[in-house]
Amino acid sequence: MAKIIVVTSGKGGVGKTTTSAAIGTGLALKGHKTVIVDFDIGLRNLDLIMGCERRVVFDFVNVINGEANLKQALIKDKRLENLFILPASQTRDKDALHKEGVERVLNELSDEFDFIICDSPAGIESGAMMALYFADEAIVVTNPEVSSVRDSDRILGMLSSKSRRAEQGLPGIKEHLLLTRYNPERVQKGEMLSVDDVNDILAIKLLGVIPESQAVLNASNSGQPVILDADSDAGQAYLDTVSRLLGEDVPFRFLNVEKKGLFKRIFGG
Amino acid sequence: MSEPSIELKGSLFPLSVLYCQDFSVATLRQELAGKLAQAPGFFTQAPVVISVENCTQTPDFAAIKQLFSELQLVLVGVCGADASLKKAAHAAGLASLQPPKAGKTAEPAKPAAAPAPAAPVAPTVISADNKTIDGNIRSGQQIFVKGADLIIRGTVGAGAEVIADGNIHIYGALRGKAIAGAGGDASKKIYCYNMQPELISIAGNYWLSDTLQGDYWGKPVCIGLQDGQLMLAELF
Ligand SMILES: Nc1ncnc2c1ncn2[C@@H]1O[C@H](COP(=O)(O)OP(=O)(O)OP(=O)(O)O)[C@@H](O)[C@H]1O
Ligand SMILES: [Mg+2]
Repeated sequence: MAKIIVVTSGKGGVGKTTTSAAIGTGLALKGHKTVIVDFDIGLRNLDLIMGCERRVVFDFVNVINGEANLKQALIKDKRLENLFILPASQTRDKDALHKEGVERVLNELSDEFDFIICDSPAGIESGAMMALYFADEAIVVTNPEVSSVRDSDRILGMLSSKSRRAEQGLPGIKEHLLLTRYNPERVQKGEMLSVDDVNDILAIKLLGVIPESQAVLNASNSGQPVILDADSDAGQAYLDTVSRLLGEDVPFRFLNVEKKGLFKRIFGG
Repeated sequence: MSEPSIELKGSLFPLSVLYCQDFSVATLRQELAGKLAQAPGFFTQAPVVISVENCTQTPDFAAIKQLFSELQLVLVGVCGADASLKKAAHAAGLASLQPPKAGKTAEPAKPAAAPAPAAPVAPTVISADNKTIDGNIRSGQQIFVKGADLIIRGTVGAGAEVIADGNIHIYGALRGKAIAGAGGDASKKIYCYNMQPELISIAGNYWLSDTLQGDYWGKPVCIGLQDGQLMLAELF
């Protein structure tokens, strides 16, 4: 039985797809057989971040409609043995997903994988609801600003009331907070909320803090999940996050403004 | 004869009553626009009654009615009018209503329902014997307890609403809306450990965040009504 983890946020553009790719890849790096499912029907993105866009033949909607089987639609990652991607359709709209179909596909994946990562679309409409409905755990991706925090709060409400676990009276979805695009300098200047501010408002367990980083942009441009860039700050922060997700106790990094060395202080940078 | 196809039934609705000193359209426009700007969208098409109790001259009701519709408010009538003011109000197509008992912020006619706009979700209605919630009320969620107190062991997020006919106890931060004494009981109170609400209301009287800024903001506070006035006190 796989563990189903939804990566969700309410607000758009906060880093869900970046996170899905990084965490899915990280779990595979740690030896867990993992599939990342793109629920963002019509705005397919995950394949680009994973660098497999040229290999998409069949997609999630094809499988739901019985036009292809899972074997045909799953794309095997070229770098890691136990990592797969189920791409979204670029040509359908979000209503192409329905509960019965999604459940059938997830059940089938569940037999074969350790982890199913669901990359949710933004918003609180049916696509996002479909992505979170069957989840066991949720990673709520939040940027340190008021509107993102508010939307995360809204999604947390949905997780606790509109999910399968809630409807069937099962133990609730395990909620994790992932702060992304964190910029300690701007926090220090009071231009962004701090980790403590966000923690205080959302009151769920902090899974990780990913710094705002050029490495993320470089990674998506080259179709390499940033977690594979192990020298980068964002890559390391995602590695820490995956360890915590697996139950390890890892201290938080990249929370404070980096003290500039003498060289940097003289020459800037 | 067939059954009548219409039926008139008496019902009670919560209405906002506008109290003012100056009934000139220019002053009203300025003051009302200022008020509305504090809570954009909150009063859109809200039914309002204007109190003319301390009115010395007959106001231009037709012009005031026009002003209200420009500001996206619906003027439904006047209250506290004497015979000549009543006549003028009727001529402008306005109803004349009984003034609410005992002046400005007194207990309004029952049921003094919440002034808050409903969230686009069905409220979770909890029966009288189940009123403790362990956990946070998230943005967009609405909790309504009929005929009893509501106790929340968590925070009420911005954009969330908690409503009870009785008292409301929040063992966390209140960042959303809390409406106690929703059935009209002015003796009900709101207790919270960290007061930063968008709105609080007791028995139909309500205050927006702006008026609550100050010494008590962010503090553990008890909120109640005393002689129709909002009363804030530190919890400990
Ligand atoms: N830690 C980071 N540092 C810098 N840029 C980032 C970071 N995380 C994400 N981004 C950038 O933010 C943008 C949005 O990221 P992403 O596509 O992952 O968000 P999303 O939540 O999936 O968006 P959508 O809601 O549209 O699906 C991208 O350009 C991405 O490169
Ligand atoms: Mg995305």
